[in-house]
Amino acid sequence: MTERYVAAIDQGTTSTRCILFDHAGRLASVAQREHKQHFPRPGWVEHDAMEIWRNVERIVPQAVAQARAQPDQIVALGIANQRETSVLWERRTGRPVGNAITWQDTRTAGLVEQMSADGGPDRFRDRCGLPLMTYFSGPRARWMLSQDAVLREQAEHGEVLFGTMESWLIWNLTGGPDGGQHITDVTNASRTMLMDIQTLQWDDELLDAFHVPRAMLPEIRPNVEVYGHATQVLPGTPIGAALGDQQAALFGQTCFSPGEAKCTYGTGAFLLLNTGARPVRSSHGLLTTVGYRIGNGDPTYALEGSIAVTGSLVQWLRDRLELIGSAPEIETLARTVDDNGGCYIVPAFSGLFAPHWRSEARGLIIGLTSYITKGHLARAILEATAWQTREVVDAMNADSGLALTGLRVDGGMTSDHLLMQTIADVLGVPVERPMVSETVSLGAAYAAGLAVGFWPELTGLRHHWHRAARWLPEMEASRREREYDNWKRAVQRTYGWLRPEDADEA
Amino acid sequence: MARMPGKVQSIERAAAVLRLLAQGPRPLGVVEIAHALGLPKGTAHGIIRTLHAVGFVDQDARTGKYRLGSQLVRLGGAPLDDNELRARALNWSDTLASRTGETVRIGVLGSASEVGIVHHVFRPDDSVQVLQVGDTLPAHACALGKAILAFSPDATASLKQATLERFTARTITNGRVLLGQLSTVRERGWAFDVEELSLGEAGIAAPIRDHGGVVVGAVGISGSPQSVCDGGRNPRPALAARVMETARAITGELAMRRQ
Repeated sequence: MTERYVAAIDQGTTSTRCILFDHAGRLASVAQREHKQHFPRPGWVEHDAMEIWRNVERIVPQAVAQARAQPDQIVALGIANQRETSVLWERRTGRPVGNAITWQDTRTAGLVEQMSADGGPDRFRDRCGLPLMTYFSGPRARWMLSQDAVLREQAEHGEVLFGTMESWLIWNLTGGPDGGQHITDVTNASRTMLMDIQTLQWDDELLDAFHVPRAMLPEIRPNVEVYGHATQVLPGTPIGAALGDQQAALFGQTCFSPGEAKCTYGTGAFLLLNTGARPVRSSHGLLTTVGYRIGNGDPTYALEGSIAVTGSLVQWLRDRLELIGSAPEIETLARTVDDNGGCYIVPAFSGLFAPHWRSEARGLIIGLTSYITKGHLARAILEATAWQTREVVDAMNADSGLALTGLRVDGGMTSDHLLMQTIADVLGVPVERPMVSETVSLGAAYAAGLAVGFWPELTGLRHHWHRAARWLPEMEASRREREYDNWKRAVQRTYGWLRPEDADEA
Repeated sequence: MARMPGKVQSIERAAAVLRLLAQGPRPLGVVEIAHALGLPKGTAHGIIRTLHAVGFVDQDARTGKYRLGSQLVRLGGAPLDDNELRARALNWSDTLASRTGETVRIGVLGSASEVGIVHHVFRPDDSVQVLQVGDTLPAHACALGKAILAFSPDATASLKQATLERFTARTITNGRVLLGQLSTVRERGWAFDVEELSLGEAGIAAPIRDHGGVVVGAVGISGSPQSVCDGGRNPRPALAARVMETARAITGELAMRRQ
């Protein structure tokens, strides 16, 4: 019998990947292409949506060829994407209006500040599950339309469309200007601040508050459903799933029961806990978000601890400071020393996300003495990821009233053993990696495969999960507490760096 | 303006030989090189012998063919970082473990007689297992080691007279016998051991190549002799094919890094 595959597209922050999975959930091929990061001003981070679409056009056939498969062996296509990154485009021509504005971009700081003055940052939290932050798409949409009165008018007439990256890709995959479907999914929509977290529909009050015309918004659909068939790239293949990348990873780790959690280490790191059929409001700085929705069934919700900067801090060491030639070399550099030498790095490049939510914080390196070498900086960078994980785990434990007994991790950074050991050390619990580290893609593939019946149901997917590696805590409790205290003091010192009068520029 | 000195023809020709060897995936013989570059065989031979003497090309002991030398690769940049090798190999070693149901490890040659484990994927049965990354194994007594030794001219030269440490009754302790087996490894493209390092354990491994085809490590599976071998205690060909396929995929991943 000819092998059949599900293709997953993971449209991430730094690159886009296409991965084929076989029926046992095993990776059969990978094609990947990075796209350019545009930093037009401090705090601004943009992507060229057209470049990303062209990358998709190239990598999907590459992945099919690498698996020595024919296009008709691909039973479904699933999409996972960097969340909150937003783009406007012209319905008639398919041309993006300016660059996509990414989730790390802080240009809406002034707007967010201004909106928070009236009712505080949590004024929409009961409705949409999120605090007012530059992180989310709603303020971004308002900012984009505020730049140009003509653009606003076109948006009001639905001539200019809004979308996060899955909307952009699905619209192009299904024909673009020639009948392309303008849709989003509940997980991506749950990151806009424009959707009611209970009804899973765009909310008029929220749309009013952000001055967003309904005509430019995509239709909100479940995560697992055949939306249509591709006319481009893989003509005739059903598009069976779209999920935000972190929700896709939750799905790929088969965290289908309340209480199950995972943490994905990529550009940022994101800890998601399945909370079941009801949205849980956090009192410790976590986000309430949609986990997934299968067809027209009940949605599953999640609590999320979002960390903005983890892998991107390693990239900063590589690309901006040029102290390493490739990201994995940070482990080699960090192992040239035994500890951090008293040095701490708090990477508040886009302010601090969970559990602090401080837009005005900015990064710092503290504890510098003439003793510090680049090896200590490398240690401090890896430890920053570990301590930020500890902070969101503490928040998760406080919200749920339960102590996490182990952490399931995934993502590219899990190949860094020093980092994984450090995370086990600072959490004081075992850390384990599943046999497929590409859980974002795997989750998108699982969801798309379910939509077309390639896999019959959720629970069977659990049998595909196997432990590939496990790290046990080794650090003494007294040292852990001392180091955590140092970290917290370093974090405190990042607060309030950006003054309100600076907010409009950065 | 001073007249520029003329170009040195033999250096141009040497550069062409190196470019030619860098292009192809397989080693080339003198006649092939001479034909490819349109040189008389004697001229080509002289250039190659000189490049060999300075370590810029290596000669395969069995076939007598030439490939880019390890010295040249070191000259061209930093050697492959162990942690980068692991990162590049991650997806493919996971897939090998899930396809074969066995433990997967990646090793690199440390000091001449030892293999350092740089990556380890648990056997996918969810039993309690401990990460072996950082451990070292005696190269002559395990499949990983043999897969690397077979393509390491320095190491093979020192094996001729050597007496090797015994771990089990099946450990190969005679250097000449091992050399004979390594030549089979070169022919087949993969190595194996059955209870040569520890009882109840067998392994199959294949070399991972970097720039210019230089072997930088090996990827292999290990498990019980019953699961890795057939009834005659020979490694199962299907498993060997999977291991080779994985080594090729990782080699391809490393090649992308250099682009």
